[in-house]
Amino acid sequence: MNPLHPPALLRGMTQPRTRRDVFKIAGLSAAGLALAACGVQGQKAAPPKEDEMKDFWADQKQNGHVVFANWPDYMPTDHGPLKKFQQETGISYEYKEVIQETAEFFGKIDPVLRAGQPLGYDIVVITNGIQFQHMIELGHAIPLDQSRLPNFNANAGESYKNRAYDPGNKYSVPYASGFTGIAWNTKYVKEKITSIEALFDPKYKGRVGMMADAQEIGNFGMFALGIDPEKSTEDDWRKAGEKLKAQRDAGIVRKYYAQDYIDAVSRGDIWITMAWSGDIFQRQLAGEPVDFVVPEEGGTIWTDNLLIPKGAANPVDAMMLMDYLYKPEIATELDEFIQYVTPVPAVQDMLRQKAESASGEEKESLLEMADSPLMFPTEADYAKLRSYTPLTTAQQQVFNPIFQSITQA
Amino acid sequence: MRRLTPYLLALPGWMWMAIFLVVPLGAMASVSLQTGNAIDGFVMTFSVSNYSDAIGGYSIQLVRSLVYGGVATLAMLVIGYPVAYWIAFKGGRHKSVYLFLLLLPFFVSFVLRTISWGFLLADDGILLGTLKSWGLLHPDFRVLATSFAVVAGLTYNFLPFMILPIYVALERVDPRLVEAAQDLYAGRGTAFRKVVLPLSLPGVFAGVLMTFVPATADPVNAQVLGGTSNTMIGNIIQTEYLINNDYPTASALSFTLMAVLLVGIFAYARVLGTENVLEAAAR
Amino acid sequence: MRDARTRIGDRLLHAYTWLVILWLVSPIAVMIMFGFNDKKSKSNATWQGFTFKWYGELFALTDLTQALVNSLAIAIVSTVVTVVIGTMLGLALGRHRFRAHGATNFLVFAAISTPELVMGASLLSLFVSANLPRDAVTITIAHVLFSLSFVTVTVRARVGTLDPSLEEAARDLGAGPWATFRQVTLPAIMPGVLAGAMLAFALSIDDYVVTSFVNGSTLTFPLWIVGSVKTGIPPQVNVMGTLIFSVGVLIAIINTIASRRRA
Repeated sequence: MNPLHPPALLRGMTQPRTRRDVFKIAGLSAAGLALAACGVQGQKAAPPKEDEMKDFWADQKQNGHVVFANWPDYMPTDHGPLKKFQQETGISYEYKEVIQETAEFFGKIDPVLRAGQPLGYDIVVITNGIQFQHMIELGHAIPLDQSRLPNFNANAGESYKNRAYDPGNKYSVPYASGFTGIAWNTKYVKEKITSIEALFDPKYKGRVGMMADAQEIGNFGMFALGIDPEKSTEDDWRKAGEKLKAQRDAGIVRKYYAQDYIDAVSRGDIWITMAWSGDIFQRQLAGEPVDFVVPEEGGTIWTDNLLIPKGAANPVDAMMLMDYLYKPEIATELDEFIQYVTPVPAVQDMLRQKAESASGEEKESLLEMADSPLMFPTEADYAKLRSYTPLTTAQQQVFNPIFQSITQA
Repeated sequence: MRRLTPYLLALPGWMWMAIFLVVPLGAMASVSLQTGNAIDGFVMTFSVSNYSDAIGGYSIQLVRSLVYGGVATLAMLVIGYPVAYWIAFKGGRHKSVYLFLLLLPFFVSFVLRTISWGFLLADDGILLGTLKSWGLLHPDFRVLATSFAVVAGLTYNFLPFMILPIYVALERVDPRLVEAAQDLYAGRGTAFRKVVLPLSLPGVFAGVLMTFVPATADPVNAQVLGGTSNTMIGNIIQTEYLINNDYPTASALSFTLMAVLLVGIFAYARVLGTENVLEAAAR
Repeated sequence: MRDARTRIGDRLLHAYTWLVILWLVSPIAVMIMFGFNDKKSKSNATWQGFTFKWYGELFALTDLTQALVNSLAIAIVSTVVTVVIGTMLGLALGRHRFRAHGATNFLVFAAISTPELVMGASLLSLFVSANLPRDAVTITIAHVLFSLSFVTVTVRARVGTLDPSLEEAARDLGAGPWATFRQVTLPAIMPGVLAGAMLAFALSIDDYVVTSFVNGSTLTFPLWIVGSVKTGIPPQVNVMGTLIFSVGVLIAIINTIASRRRA
């Protein structure tokens, strides 16, 4: 206490303390209430009954507007397909490129949906996997109106209907797919890679890239042991984990990548790596020295799916847009831009037709796309491709640590 | 009235932080003591074991982060102090321009900066490739995917946060004082040590606070520049929260990290006697 | 004798400072270069030739352009708010001993030490429970929150070096508190305030993690860019970065010339 302070001041200073006590108590009670209210309420939703859903859809009408949330660069810049949709149906659209990463996006919409608030989107794009599973289990997705999918039923490839992660396309239809295989830099690796064992080969010590994602790397660990991830058991996962741990301990892996493997392999920092088909295709178009293969032992196919989130304001319009994207001309326009794997097989021929009436660079690139096994996998490829290991939430808690302990050591 | 001044001054800041920091953090603290999963929900079980499990399971990454953060902070201090010194004493009329130039690269997205570094530091790229072709480097030498790269990245990304506060403190020092001290102590070194350095301590403290803390918690540099053994605690928290949806563990780890950092900072403040320095300066 | 040595020392320090600035700027050079890359596919990773065409198509991606505008607007608003609140807080902490001093200090430290992920996630929960829609307003609130400590600490470091006798003198001469502040205190702490403002702006315009939680469907520049990594970052991003940087350099040059004139 400074003796220079006047007595009035000292009196003044004692008052705030009493006021502060009041605030303290108020604060503590508020905190107490917050704590009590703070159990994140989980709701394992019982799957909606058939008649419930029929009633739901019977009550819905076309509203004339649709809000589509997607990844950036996943739609032609001029919004061609969406504009045509608007012309044909009169439904106006809002297109928002708000998804940066699946896990983050889910982490963002989950609290909102749990609180029963609408997202403001009628269609969202979720990759199959853990978050997709959560969307279904938590009741965050509205089951689709199967009667409104004529184009999908007519034009979608058989392998895109009735996937293991969404039997009967109850909640989703595919938007674009990609597959995970092995890519290598042709300047440093002169041989043609065919086997997954190349990733484990000590002669590439320190030059191998693996993916950090547990589901991706888990699949490859299993492929290397001849295990089918779609039918795997906990025992299988552990075995795969051991194989991957040995790979790591031998110093073969340079890094566990997110998506940045593509720059690394193109530059030659790594010579051989797990890779997504779409990334390699793009780089090949740019003339970069990379090549790709689906290993004999197997590769992973993943799909970005269209879903209708709970609380969507315009579900009927959403269904119409989702189905519209399955018209062959529209799917072609879409795939020409996205350059991943379209769920509509007819696109391949349409691209060739388009190439015939085109010329020069455009013709070249259209043919390159139509002929590329990276955009149009062969029957043989499809036979080797498997989805991610199907996991319940309880199983995730066993699966994830096995592989994360290797990639995050 | 005058004695209410600090309270009035601090009030808006207090309110902002009370509403947007304290309440949400309180909620997180509560989550850190819960059990459950994303589907079935979480319930409060006061499970302090969340903390011990998290710390036990990730002690390596925690320690590693503190080490990386510490080394990077030291590097930033060594690299940045002379820059702050020069700008403060010799920057003349253009002082703020220099500061602005230091920060300008950070107005451009970190993704672009990091990708560009990847390009520059590629094993056979424009820098290393050239040096290797001249025989100055071993062909297997690399910068990326090493702990050096991660620490260098942290140093690069937070350097202005060290330079600016040191500059701010140094700029106040009267250059004539420095000259007089140099005459008195017959040398720049001693003058610096006995006069300039102590006066700059509030700035150094601020700089260390604003760099060590975020650097230790940073996930980006480890993710982009690291190899197989460089995972930091920020990455772990991210994975637990976003991938595993294990909110209690993520929260427990975050609070552990915050606690360690706060203890470190307070200890540092004590050791430095910064509080005393501030008081002395204010008198 | 000492003069010569001092001058060499000064020159070295000067050169060193520029070296550091160049180091900080070096990746920007790469970014600028790839804004001129005549790339044919979506990949912008290898040099394929020189072109100006991306400068012509700068605004072709409407969402990206909007994201950039959002980022700039939010950065400006949040910087102003943060500087006002943070300067007040820095003053309170730096020169007054008051009862809540320790607690306030603690809050400031706590804000800095909160991992971005935790801050973002907990803010989102707060906004959701308060039924506050997530948009540019919530982003700005979040940006002010994490920049506040940085401005406070910077201003406080400056305030800690001030001589209170100047202010006392002003008061003895009859100046009221606001006049004292405006004409004595503020000029004295201005370097700290300016430095804090620049830090706050940089923090806001480049933020990713916290923004990604609280943005709703409002996009900012960093968010758009990260989202486009999956399919390939378009060169318009490089061009925009180049323009931002060039404007900054221009401002710096104008400032230099202006202050030289002033002398």
